[in-house]
Amino acid sequence: MSRVARFRLPLLAVGAVLVIAGTFSPWATRAFGFPGKMTLSGFPGGARIYALVLLPVVVLGVVDAGGRRRAGLFGAIGVFAVGAFNVIAIANDGGGVDAVAFGAWITAVGGALLVLAFVSLPPDRPVPSEWRTLPAPAELAIIAAFLGLLLFGVDNALSVNESSRFISFLLFAGFGIAAVGGLGLFGWLQELFARHRQVALVAGLVTAAAFPFTQNGNAYWIRVFASIGVFATAAIGLNVVVGLAGLLDLGYIAFFGVGAYVGGLLGNAGLSTMHVHVPFVLVIFVGASISALFGVIIGTPTLRLRGDYLAIVTLGFGEIFRITANNWDGLTRGPNGISGIPGLAVGSFKFAQSHEVFGITLPYFANYYFIELLLLVVAIIGFTRLNSSRIGRAWVAIREDEVAAAAMGVDTIRLKLLAFAIGAFLAGAAGTVNAHLATQVSPDSYTFLESILLLAAVVLGGMGTVPGALLGSAALFVIPEKLRSFQDYRLLLFGAALIVMMRFRPEGIVPSQRRRREFREEGAIGASGAAPGGPVATGGAT
Amino acid sequence: MTENATPVLEASKVTKRFGGLTAVDKVDFFVNDREIVGLIGPNGAGKTTFFDCLTGMQEPTEGEISYRGKRVHGRPNVVTAAGMARTFQNIRLFPNMTALENVLVGRHCRTKSGVLAAIGRGPRFRREERESEERARELLQFVGLPRVADELAKNLAYGDQRRLEIARALATDPGLLLLDEPTAGMNPHETTAAMELVRQIRATGLAIVVIEHDMKFIFNLCDRVAVLVQGTKLIEGTPAEVQQDSRVIEAYLGAPA
Repeated sequence: MSRVARFRLPLLAVGAVLVIAGTFSPWATRAFGFPGKMTLSGFPGGARIYALVLLPVVVLGVVDAGGRRRAGLFGAIGVFAVGAFNVIAIANDGGGVDAVAFGAWITAVGGALLVLAFVSLPPDRPVPSEWRTLPAPAELAIIAAFLGLLLFGVDNALSVNESSRFISFLLFAGFGIAAVGGLGLFGWLQELFARHRQVALVAGLVTAAAFPFTQNGNAYWIRVFASIGVFATAAIGLNVVVGLAGLLDLGYIAFFGVGAYVGGLLGNAGLSTMHVHVPFVLVIFVGASISALFGVIIGTPTLRLRGDYLAIVTLGFGEIFRITANNWDGLTRGPNGISGIPGLAVGSFKFAQSHEVFGITLPYFANYYFIELLLLVVAIIGFTRLNSSRIGRAWVAIREDEVAAAAMGVDTIRLKLLAFAIGAFLAGAAGTVNAHLATQVSPDSYTFLESILLLAAVVLGGMGTVPGALLGSAALFVIPEKLRSFQDYRLLLFGAALIVMMRFRPEGIVPSQRRRREFREEGAIGASGAAPGGPVATGGAT
Repeated sequence: MTENATPVLEASKVTKRFGGLTAVDKVDFFVNDREIVGLIGPNGAGKTTFFDCLTGMQEPTEGEISYRGKRVHGRPNVVTAAGMARTFQNIRLFPNMTALENVLVGRHCRTKSGVLAAIGRGPRFRREERESEERARELLQFVGLPRVADELAKNLAYGDQRRLEIARALATDPGLLLLDEPTAGMNPHETTAAMELVRQIRATGLAIVVIEHDMKFIFNLCDRVAVLVQGTKLIEGTPAEVQQDSRVIEAYLGAPA
């Protein structure tokens, strides 16, 4: 240990030089269609740029090695991972190890040396955010810049087409973000967004609305993002149930299905068993309400159960829904489902057509994207406002200690039912939109696996937060789309990611303030009363 | 002083059986306005079970409980809404909520905003939230925890957690406060402070029932003491009477040397 510590600076220097040299050298000995012109020397093309860009973060770790182990270590791991992954990928695609040129090897070795240099550092002491409060205009500008950067980054990431390069990008982005997080940047950003919540929400909405305009009329990703929006809405609903009230629901997708079937049946679908056409605005509401009603019906007998028992019962309910939908030919058309759901139309505005706005063609999926965005905003506002009200506090209290909550006058059964109903309401609303987006509804879309994926999105993203649900859903839908050649391993990779996540960041990607403290302050018994400012002065309310 | 006519709490023939075991056997019990009543007895005497019956956490097999002349029964939240609030023998705070939030949960049954109000954020909702927070901060101040409002409950020192639990119970605006071993695990200094706090609570107009093993605490504080032994009430009287009763000494304090 100490021997490594003595060699830290030389290790860093040699590692950095190797990485720079490596990224400017060829990574492949012959051209065989590996993305990024890897045979050329003298410029860091392809995945090489990722390793190079991470280097400054590592250097930041050197500048202030005292409290920056995380930044340096994650940056170094990222460099190593990009290098090592490309060695493997090039060898694999190029038909042998001889396809790998020295640049890739050097980069991987350099990365490994950097990792070695940081591993021996003691863990960072939790440093409270040193980032200061700036004048309001500057803070708003930073919010705008961040959102712009996000849009730019997303657009860029989506334009990376090759699986191997996309993995390099993921390694780069994942470790890069973790490293930058080590500098305390994200905590600060979160505070910034919290301080300017109204503005941030509107700015976020504008950014999201701008997305279809970056796609040059290409429908593919707009469609995927509309789906993400649908699932994110459902995930926010599930977040009420699981994240706030702490009720483990393993059959949640059924509520989504109820909404979808209502959307199909009332949407004048070609194969609907009911030949009615209800205006869509009403359909959303009816679908959500029927779904909420189901929530109450299922919840009334089951919510007296706790923990594991509730999970099993909800799992059973989810299966009952699917099997019923699969067999009730008279209403749901059984396994064929309901297809031919027509495009929406409001007056002369046809949703199933592409439109031209500001000279940019918006494919017709953009229309649904905007509808979904609107629904998502409603869900977000509802969630955050409920969360910070007496109802949200009562939910969290139930999650924390149901007996004590009841003893403090909280009507636990009523509030648990309410959580169930609101979760089901949002899932139902999302379901009706999805029915129109997919133009069909069939029982095999509402399997146990879907429930689990939604739950995983919530847990992965961070329980009890909106950005968590958004990020979780996005990760679960974009990454599989990008890694189509790994389709068969999707669940395997996903499982591995979950394990890694639970081990190293159990509070999720974007934890709620409460949850972060829950996991990070374990056992930190504070000297009570003797903390006038509070070591973690989060509340700026007073 | 007409209120003195009806006791704050009146329990008659409260019995709780678990299968063949009778944990609480036909206990009659009452608490008058602004009275501090102690409930003592050896371990396993059924004190906490009796408390649970009073507060709706367990349904008595037989017997009736009324609060200010009105019969209370049903789930704990109903009992708390009626005006009886309790603390727990082994602290049951909401560990991952801040001290302030813990107390705010106590306000739940005295506030009314529903889902739509919470989403709409009208003036009434905001006033209610503001009043809740003011009251919660007041209570934190009252129990002596003005500086830890934003600390997580689990990070508070043991004695402070006990105080916070009392503040949380007081937030439900009770007429009767039931304390289950409020000084368990406290040092003598903290115990004295707790005694002072209980007196102050009584001074605000509440009646108090307290289970305690600390005899000094009980005999210094209580107006009246009831002794439970093996589920039945052995004796009830002033601290002096109870202290001198030979049966109590035998059953509970041990035979004199």
